[in-house]
Order: sequence, then C-alpha cells, then structure tokens
Amino acid sequence: MFPSTRRLLTRAGRTPALSQLLHGQSRRHLLSTLALLEQRDGQLSSGTLSTFTAAKKIGGTVHGFLAGSKVAAAAENAAKVDGVEKIIVIENDAYEKGLPENYADLLVENIKKGGYTHVIAGHTAFGKNVLPRVAALLDSQQISDITSIESEDTFVRPIYAGNAIATVKSSDAIKFVTIRGTAFAPAVPEQGSAAVESGVDPKAEPTSEWVSEDLTKSDRPDLATAGKVVSGGRGLKSKEEFDKIMLPLADALDAAVGASRAAVDSGYADNSLQVGQTGKVVAPQLYMAVGISGAIQHLAGMKDSKVIAAINKDPEAPIFQVADVGLVGDLFEKVPELTEKIKSS
Amino acid sequence: MSALRILVPVKRVIDYAVKPRVNKAQTGVETAGVKHSMNPFDDLSIEESVRIREKKRAPGGVEDICAFTAGPAKAQEVLRTAMAMGADRGIHVELPEGEELEPLAVAKLLRRAVEAQGSNLVIVGKQSIDGDAGQTGQMLAGLLGWPQATQASRIEFGAGDAVTVTKEIDGGVETVRARLPMVVTTDLRLNEPRYATLPNIMKAKKKPLEKKTLADFGMENERRLQVLKVTEPAPRQGGGKVDSVDGLISKLKELGVM
Repeated sequence: MFPSTRRLLTRAGRTPALSQLLHGQSRRHLLSTLALLEQRDGQLSSGTLSTFTAAKKIGGTVHGFLAGSKVAAAAENAAKVDGVEKIIVIENDAYEKGLPENYADLLVENIKKGGYTHVIAGHTAFGKNVLPRVAALLDSQQISDITSIESEDTFVRPIYAGNAIATVKSSDAIKFVTIRGTAFAPAVPEQGSAAVESGVDPKAEPTSEWVSEDLTKSDRPDLATAGKVVSGGRGLKSKEEFDKIMLPLADALDAAVGASRAAVDSGYADNSLQVGQTGKVVAPQLYMAVGISGAIQHLAGMKDSKVIAAINKDPEAPIFQVADVGLVGDLFEKVPELTEKIKSS
Repeated sequence: MSALRILVPVKRVIDYAVKPRVNKAQTGVETAGVKHSMNPFDDLSIEESVRIREKKRAPGGVEDICAFTAGPAKAQEVLRTAMAMGADRGIHVELPEGEELEPLAVAKLLRRAVEAQGSNLVIVGKQSIDGDAGQTGQMLAGLLGWPQATQASRIEFGAGDAVTVTKEIDGGVETVRARLPMVVTTDLRLNEPRYATLPNIMKAKKKPLEKKTLADFGMENERRLQVLKVTEPAPRQGGGKVDSVDGLISKLKELGVM
C-alpha cells in the first residue's frame, strides 16, 4: 500500500464525520417516518407536502397519512411524490374536521401498527392542536416548529420569539416534530407511485363536536405561502384607511396582506392576518412593512424574509434596523404614490 | 351543571418587552438580572377565570380558581400576581434554580395536580413565550383523556356541562363544543387582562400559597431533550434608507424583488 493512501485511510478512520456517516447508514434502514397530511374538503392543504421534504431529510422509509370524509383523490395526488413508499388512508366522516380527541387516538393506533421512529406534522393550527396530544399518549417529548434537521435525533428550532436558536437532541424512541412551513419547501407530486392503503380505524368516538367555522374569504395569495407580503400596522389609524391604503398596494404587487398585532387588536385587520410570534410566520421574497415599528414579537414572524422594505414616518423605528430598504415618510402619501407607480410601470 | 373548579397553570418567563441575549457559553439565554413576569398568555387565563366568576357566566358558578406554577423560588411572584388578579389560592412546585421542566413533564405534573385538586376545567396559555413549544395544554388533555379546545378567543358555558369555544385557526375561526371536564388554551384575543391594583396586591399576600416539591407528586425531573447549543440568529444587515418612492422602487428592482 502506498504510504499516502495508508495515511489517508488512518486519518479517515479517526474522522468523526465519517464514523457518524457509517453509523448513520447502518441505522438508516431502521428509520421510518410518518408524515401527516392535511386536507380540507378532500383537497390537500397548501404546504402540507412540506412534511415529505422533512421526512426525506431524516432518511429511511417515508409514509404519508391522510384521514377524512373523501380523501382518495388527495391520497392519489400525494402518492405521486417521489421517494414516498405508502400513503395510509382512513375514510371516515368522524375524522374530517381533525378533532383532536378521536384523531389522536386514530394516530396512536396507526403509529403503533407502523412502528414508526418519526412522526412529522406541519406547525399549523391542525399540527399544533393534534400532535402534542399524540406525543403525550405515546410518552414522547415533541419538538415544535423546527427549522432544520441535523440528524435523525437532532433538530434546530427558534426559541424566545426567534431571538435564540436551539439545537436539541431527543432521546425518545419516537420523535414527534412539527415543522416550520417556510423552512421546508413543499414536495412536488411527480413520478412517484406510492401504494395507497387503508389504515387501522379504531372508530374512536369524538368527545368534542365541531360546530362551525368562519374563514376569511380572499382572492389574494395565502399569507403563509405568498411570494410577496404587504403588512400594515398601527400607523394605518383605522380599518377604512387600512383597506384604502393596503389593499390596492397588495393588488398592485400581487401580494398577500398581513398585519401587526397592534393593527389586529385595533380592529383594522382580521386576526388571521397577524404576522409574528403568536400569529403567522412568513418568509416571502418581499415583505413590505407599512406603519409597523418592528417590535420583537413582530420581527419573529418575518425576519427570514428575503428582502424587507419598510415605510415609516419615525426614522428611529426598530424596523429600519432589519429592513434592506427603508423609506422615512408619511405612509398616507408615500404608499398611494408607490401603488400608482407600480401600476403604471 | 357542575360548579367550576378551575386550575390555571402560570409560568414565570423573561418579560415580553426584553430582548433576550444568548449567554457566552451558548447553553441558553441570559436570565440573571433580567426582568421576568407572568407569561402573557397565562395573564389571559387568569383574567378569563376571574371574569367567568364575576360575570356569572357558568350556570353552576365558580367554586375555586387555583393558580399553579412550577419554577424557582422567584416563581412565587407570578402566583401572587395571579392572586392579586383574583385567583383564590396558589400552589408552587419549587424547582432548584436553573432547572426547568419540559412540557411533557409539566403535563404529567398537572395531571396529578388536577386529580388532587378535583379540577374540572384547566385554562392554560397556548404557549410560553420563552420555549414557544405550545404543547402543555394538549398533552395534559391527552393524559387526562379530556377534550381540548386550543387557541380560544371565546368561551361560553351552557346547560349540561357544555362548553362552547371559538378557536383561532389558520384563515379564520372555528367553534367546537365539548363537556366538562376539559382543557382550554388561551389566545391573545380572549380578553384584556386587568392590572392588579395596590389593595388587591396587599390582599393577595394573605391568600393561601402552598409550597410543594416534585417528590410530593411522586415525580422527578426526567428530561428527554438535551440542549446541545443555543446561538444567536444570523444578524440581518439593515440596508439603509432611501429618500423617495422612486428610490424605493429602484432599490427593490436592484434587489430583484420587483
């Protein structure tokens, strides 16, 4: 053997990265992930296929899970995602609304049957509601809102409104994680041909009852997944001004509309438009903050945007510290001018 | 209708207005000498419990509002605040300084507290603003086998122990109904918490506060997650200001987003 080769091999043998890699490969066939898919009226929810992207990062086999009244078509669609082995389907009206009490029992039975090492859901209203219940029933400490996967047991997540980033390692037998949608691109259904199979249905009785829902109707792009977001704050002064100033700007840019907590609390915009630690987390190509000072709770929801633009009359507003481009001025003059110039260009 | 025995878990966290700093050892966030207060969502839970009593919203009335916390000695301060807002009493499970419970452990502790206190309604914040996990209420409901309603913006009581909750969901609101006993987690729009007045702060000092340990509940602090490191997020560079709308548009074009 040439001395140089020997030296290389010896060195390689000592490199932790390589031994970790080998260790990882030997375990990879044991890993299996269940990705929870969300649906509404038989349609896959936008962004739900991000769970596949995260599942594939973990390695090992990937199954999808879908339950509701009529989910066969959605299951066929999800089955076209490359690298997915199986879609487990339960057709039963009892699960259509994702009520956590019986949906959790349903998941427990299917997780036990499948012997999964990982269960992944989106950090959405559904995932946040159901997954911790399932994790507790299976005695596992869930890891919420992860932004990155370091290895099969190590995950990265923001804490303290995104002011700190924690890397945590789980010792649980089954890892339950919810993923931040903006951190994992949705998988695209292409050439895959996963088997669609019926799962176990324990026919658990729901102990709560779905009464009604009231969803904000909008033709504009969905806030959580939009490429551009224009967001208004307290500086808009009233709901009338908010609508008059922000909506034409959103339409000119083909952007979703967001709002700060101050604007929502003052009734200028609907609650579901709130961007921030306790509202939606967005990461569009362009985030335009209008009349928003930039409190840390708001920044938590938008500071991963590619480009941040800010219009504010206070040159000292904290938003200017994170904005790629800032315009100091009266939004009631500047925004209509901006809207007109975008429209005419 | 059963009389309500409400358990309200509260947590002492770094005040929401403080910008947290990661410590030098990268093991966590600097907490020494930093202003702490009650987790804002727990303020809402206490306020809602007190309003249910004051406005006589529950047909069976409110028999007891018990604030509960697990944390270092200083966590007693948030219990006193809760009592100044109207909670009847407090239970403090004292943890050694620097020790924290993970949400699953909190849920297990709360299950035992619920059983010991005969609670039939738990009102808990939807998340704590330090860990941002948002799990405790759901885990507790699962462990107890009770129904849950998360991210509540409205809670109403009806005949036959029915509780109707309007919840904030992605894209709007959803209304669900269940029967006591149940777990509700609170969202921002539920109410506007009151400030504790000086006379009430003085009165709260005389309200009963029980001190307990994990061992009293037959528990120990079992951790499932190891924090490998805590770092600052990548800083964003502000890109400076422009002085006109035209300047803004040309900068956005230059950045390739228009």
